Amino acid sequence: MTDMIAKEGVEAETVEAVKSLSGKYKYGFSTDIESEYAPLGLDEDIVKLISKKNDEPEWMLDWRLQAFERWKLMKEPEWAMVDYPKINFQDIYYYSRPKSMSEDKPKSLDDVDPKLLETYAKLGIPLKEQALLAGVEAPKSDRKVAVDAVFDSVSVGTTFQKELKNAGVIFMSISEALKEHPELVKKYIGSVVPQSDNFYATLNSAVFSDGSFVYIPEGVKCPMELSTYFRINAENTGQFERTLIIAEKGSSVSYLEGCTAPKRDVAQLHAAVVELVILEDAEIKYSTVQNWYPGDENGKGGIYNFVTKRADCRGDRAKVMWTQVETGSAVTWKYPSCILRGNASQGEFYSIAIANNMQQADTGTKMIHLGKNTKSRIVSKGISAGKAQNTYRGLVSMHPKAANARNYTQCDSLLIGDKCGAHTVPYIEVKNNTARVEHEATTSKVDDDQLFYCRQRGMDEEEAVALVVNGFCKEVLQALPMEFAMEAQALVAISLEGSVG
Amino acid sequence: MLNIKNLQVGLEEENKQILKGVDLNIGEGEVHAIMGPNGSGKSTTSYVLAGKDGYEITGGTVELNGHNLLDMDPEERAAAGLFLAFQYPVEIPGVGNMTFLRTAVNAQRKARGEKELTAGEFLKTVREKAKSLKIDSDMLKRPVNVGFSGGEKKRNEILQMAMLEPKMCVLDETDSGLDVDAMKLVAEGVNALRDGKRSFLVITHYQRLLDHIKPDVVHIMANGRIIKSGGPELALEVEKNGYADILAEVA
Repeated sequence: MTDMIAKEGVEAETVEAVKSLSGKYKYGFSTDIESEYAPLGLDEDIVKLISKKNDEPEWMLDWRLQAFERWKLMKEPEWAMVDYPKINFQDIYYYSRPKSMSEDKPKSLDDVDPKLLETYAKLGIPLKEQALLAGVEAPKSDRKVAVDAVFDSVSVGTTFQKELKNAGVIFMSISEALKEHPELVKKYIGSVVPQSDNFYATLNSAVFSDGSFVYIPEGVKCPMELSTYFRINAENTGQFERTLIIAEKGSSVSYLEGCTAPKRDVAQLHAAVVELVILEDAEIKYSTVQNWYPGDENGKGGIYNFVTKRADCRGDRAKVMWTQVETGSAVTWKYPSCILRGNASQGEFYSIAIANNMQQADTGTKMIHLGKNTKSRIVSKGISAGKAQNTYRGLVSMHPKAANARNYTQCDSLLIGDKCGAHTVPYIEVKNNTARVEHEATTSKVDDDQLFYCRQRGMDEEEAVALVVNGFCKEVLQALPMEFAMEAQALVAISLEGSVG
Repeated sequence: MLNIKNLQVGLEEENKQILKGVDLNIGEGEVHAIMGPNGSGKSTTSYVLAGKDGYEITGGTVELNGHNLLDMDPEERAAAGLFLAFQYPVEIPGVGNMTFLRTAVNAQRKARGEKELTAGEFLKTVREKAKSLKIDSDMLKRPVNVGFSGGEKKRNEILQMAMLEPKMCVLDETDSGLDVDAMKLVAEGVNALRDGKRSFLVITHYQRLLDHIKPDVVHIMANGRIIKSGGPELALEVEKNGYADILAEVA
């Protein structure tokens, strides 16, 4: 019975948390703070300026400039099932930082502008070194989470650095890492997502301003969860962050990522790159709760979320698990992928993508099986409501040397109402006849009889929808770290507010 | 307790009258049964009481303890004490039976301005009640009604009823699809809830359920009306002679 209590407990707590939350997008406030901007638009000088602001080594600037040259020749991808006005890349600020974070920036979190700290407190992100976690009120626990807080173009601070250092773990902003561990950054940056990978990744390579850097040495189990919290605050500003995580042989880490932005009438661009390098017997668990401002009911404003995330399982038996809960953004274009290079390496992708009102999501994964006995698993749950369009797009590729490789894919779509759409676009390539690929897909509707049943038992309509949808997403929610799962369940309910009746 | 006056109901989507003036008064602590041939309007009556969409009320009133039921949303009716045991309980994949129950119990308590049950209080009560219905912990863990047998589904309905402690229970053909043992178990569950205050409306095709749940009043419904009411002997008469005699009698 005890295991049941624990399991049921999470859900019941969540239902309460869901009930306690009201109002639509609760992170839509903005922080009134003085910021400095790079001049509007993008040219070589802006790239140089960003590099200079971060006081980077020369090779980094050269790399950026090379990316910029490539980017100028590239075209925006048009194959995704998303439709948005053409972006004017000269009408965006590529760098914005709070004035208080400039040249003589605070030495420690204690010296950071209270307004910034207040913002994170309001978002529920603990920047004090205590056992607490992001999101809705989490149950008291002894688990610690180290946070790197990125505000517009810069990292405001990173907690628990000392404790992590004692364990040999490096967790800092990538701008700091470029100063303190340039050899590591140089060795791995662009090695998973090459600079020329795609339009947005190349743009990011030229203009990324900050992001997180994690290095877990051989044999080390990271003693706490690591997390980065991204906040876009400034208007007309793009956020281009870059995350690089390296797990050496036999090491492991669980990393969480959260994102929010104020309500603004004008759409904003977020183009991030995440690279994971996983060596022999190492394991990375990467969880995302993406809650960027989705725009209003009529599709005004919101974040364009164009992100390239990729994990390279370089060693044998390396393992990666992507879990994402995508509830925000006006447009999402994102395919966290796994390159299963090492023999018997494993990739997993668990996704919940919710699109309500005028939101559009085109998301999925790529599982590239190169090594023998590699295994991958994809569980995707897409929920569409309002007039939203939700597409799962995935590739499973079994290369000639991937003997006995296995993939299992499950793609479920849930429709709420009759004005939304769900699409599934799976690509499968098999070049080794011992490989096995399984694909299951379902599409269903939230059924009136289910809602009536719940309401007859006393739940109101939104509570009933939240319950049914959380049930639909259960397998993915279970893959999240517990505290995050609660936040995610609450988010599922909030994102669907107003989707019925 | 429940007062139905001249209730007239049609389908929203097609021009079809189903209830043509139903009158029914159920007092506190009473058990009434409605029997009748297929298509007579028995299930419609239960759905209309619970507030299901798709019906158009064209006349009449329904009051529960003096409150106009027809003005309320389904969840408000539930909080006011109306419970419907469904003929076909729906499945809700991924939602644990316990979670569902606790959400429902606390939603009603909240709506009534009562304190919500803590996890501990809830668990204790649910285990006690489940035990008497022979519902094991596995069934409490499984998703709501998913993969449940006919008997399990109906027992689960009675468990929900026991947990929600409604004032007015409507049982829509709770005996359908049950074997004799399962029916006995369900009937015992219902009888355990009879406390002299709680009222019941038992809708059934067959007399056999009424052997176990003894009604105070039996009504015969046909063609959208209650055509005859009487004591438990009326059910026995139907069992023996079918509906033909009664229908002929009132025609």
